[in-house]
Amino acid sequence: MIRDITIGQYYDTDSVIHRLDPRVKLAFTLLYIISLFIGHGPVCYAYAAAFLVLVIVLSKVPVRFMVKGLRGMLVILIISALFNVFLVQGEIIFRWWIFSISKEGVRTAVLMVVRLVFLVIGSSLMTLTTTPNDLTDGLERSLRFLKVIRIPVHEIAMMMSIALRFIPILIEEVNKIMKAQIARGADFESGGLVKKAKAMVPLLIPLFVSAFRRASDLALAMEARCYHGGEGRTKLHPLTYQKRDFLAYAVLLLYFGGMIAMAAVLP
Amino acid sequence: MELTLKHISYSYNPDAKEPKYAVKDVSFTIREGEFCALIGHTGSGKSTLVQFLNGLMRPTEGLVLFNGENIFEKKYPLKTLRQKVGLVFQYPEHQLFEETVLKDICYGPKNMGLGKEEQIDSARRAMALVGLPESYEEKSPFELSGGEKRRVAIAGVLAMNPECLILDEPTAGLDPAGRDDILGTVRELSDKENIAVVLVSHSMDDVAVYAERLLVMNSGELVYDDTPRNVFRHYKELEKMGLSAPQVTYIAHELKKRGLDIDENVMTIAEAKAEILRIFKK
Ligand SMILES: Nc1ncnc2c1ncn2[C@@H]1O[C@H](COP(=O)(O)OP(=O)(O)OP(=O)(O)O)[C@@H](O)[C@H]1O
Ligand SMILES: [Mg+2]
Repeated sequence: MIRDITIGQYYDTDSVIHRLDPRVKLAFTLLYIISLFIGHGPVCYAYAAAFLVLVIVLSKVPVRFMVKGLRGMLVILIISALFNVFLVQGEIIFRWWIFSISKEGVRTAVLMVVRLVFLVIGSSLMTLTTTPNDLTDGLERSLRFLKVIRIPVHEIAMMMSIALRFIPILIEEVNKIMKAQIARGADFESGGLVKKAKAMVPLLIPLFVSAFRRASDLALAMEARCYHGGEGRTKLHPLTYQKRDFLAYAVLLLYFGGMIAMAAVLP
Repeated sequence: MELTLKHISYSYNPDAKEPKYAVKDVSFTIREGEFCALIGHTGSGKSTLVQFLNGLMRPTEGLVLFNGENIFEKKYPLKTLRQKVGLVFQYPEHQLFEETVLKDICYGPKNMGLGKEEQIDSARRAMALVGLPESYEEKSPFELSGGEKRRVAIAGVLAMNPECLILDEPTAGLDPAGRDDILGTVRELSDKENIAVVLVSHSMDDVAVYAERLLVMNSGELVYDDTPRNVFRHYKELEKMGLSAPQVTYIAHELKKRGLDIDENVMTIAEAKAEILRIFKK
């Protein structure tokens, strides 16, 4: 039951990418982002685009879900494009009043936007194809080495998965309390900022009360079932690499090597 | 006061390929001073249905009329409607937030735009109605027992002087004494103040004692709308829906089968007692 509850972005379908081990997908995200910074020039980006398209097709996630993530970035994209267009010095191709646009400016702006778009799509691919639970599992496993320097990796991962688990519950709770207060004549919509902020009090206090109650119930339930932190704890579904995971690693390394080679050879 | 639902349907996923309906083509009218009970198996759509009655949710299809006016008309004053049709949610104690009981009960009247004096007057009146002593006024709502919290929450809605009071399982999680207390209070309100009541409940025994009219829901559809006594005649059908008749009705049926000349349609313990005494006196 708990594993079925999804939040945020996860797009539920069955694809090769969905079945990959979360650690592979973490590596993909990391290496893909690095590759975007190694590469420069249209050829490298065409190469990165081809790889991204391949992964998107394999993942069976509709393209509009990718674009959704970009919508929030739109302002940042436009601002960074404008800055580059107007501020990069070089061969002037257009001039009006105090504004001037250079060839290099346009070039940098385009490449910058492309890079950002790829970055966002690349990393949203991971959250689109991995359930939050798998993601935390993967993170916990991948970051286990940090224990050496006394970072409580297991505890942080546990906190993350509990937080993720609670998001849908709290959203439901907000809805319920909101309706109850509206039934008592509350008005969350009209009025200025101060009035709106004040109107939130009858929503927030019951929400906090219920969040604390749930948290303490959960802590008690965990302790009653002998939870005592990560030491010596085993997993019901331990992450194990399959053949396809090694294959995916190989493809990923091939892509990454290709990018390095291209970046070195091209001017 | 007259509150009418006309062919209401509602789906939580109307855009899906096969929308699942939580409420299917339900029509009924609630009239002044009436005490209705709404009963149905878990997930039969009761909580969904009651939220149409004060315009908290918009049905996918159908109309809600208050005194003949469509409440989803553009300019309809929904705030006034919500004052007139008070809705108490399941586990209403989770909505308390003020420092003191009195302030919390004043929240509704305050939102209606009443003056300070009037707010406190209606709050005190509501407290008296639900049987909360004056000494509770300055207590924090968070330090009360479950049943007391529930009373505060109900008073919070009553303080708005509703003409119709809807209670979604007001007795869930209360002990038998607390249950009888709350239901008795509601019954009294309906008798004395002429408030129409819609009581959502799971317990046929409670419904038999308190309600004049019984609405039975089964997987989103309204299957019976009649007096409790007439509905309980269909106790075989009720069982198929995961419901049942009151326990005394079963006992009466069993006694009848064993040859006792008893009226098998008794619903409450009081009625059964009178009936059995009548037989033994003969
Ligand atoms: N927020 C929601 N999202 C999706 N489906 C919902 C939601 N709330 C309720 N449902 C579905 O609608 C149907 C009716 O639910 P409702 O809460 O109205 O039942 P109920 O009769 O009040 O049950 P109970 O007696 O358990 O309170 C159920 O099948 C439920 O799964
Ligand atoms: Mg319910």
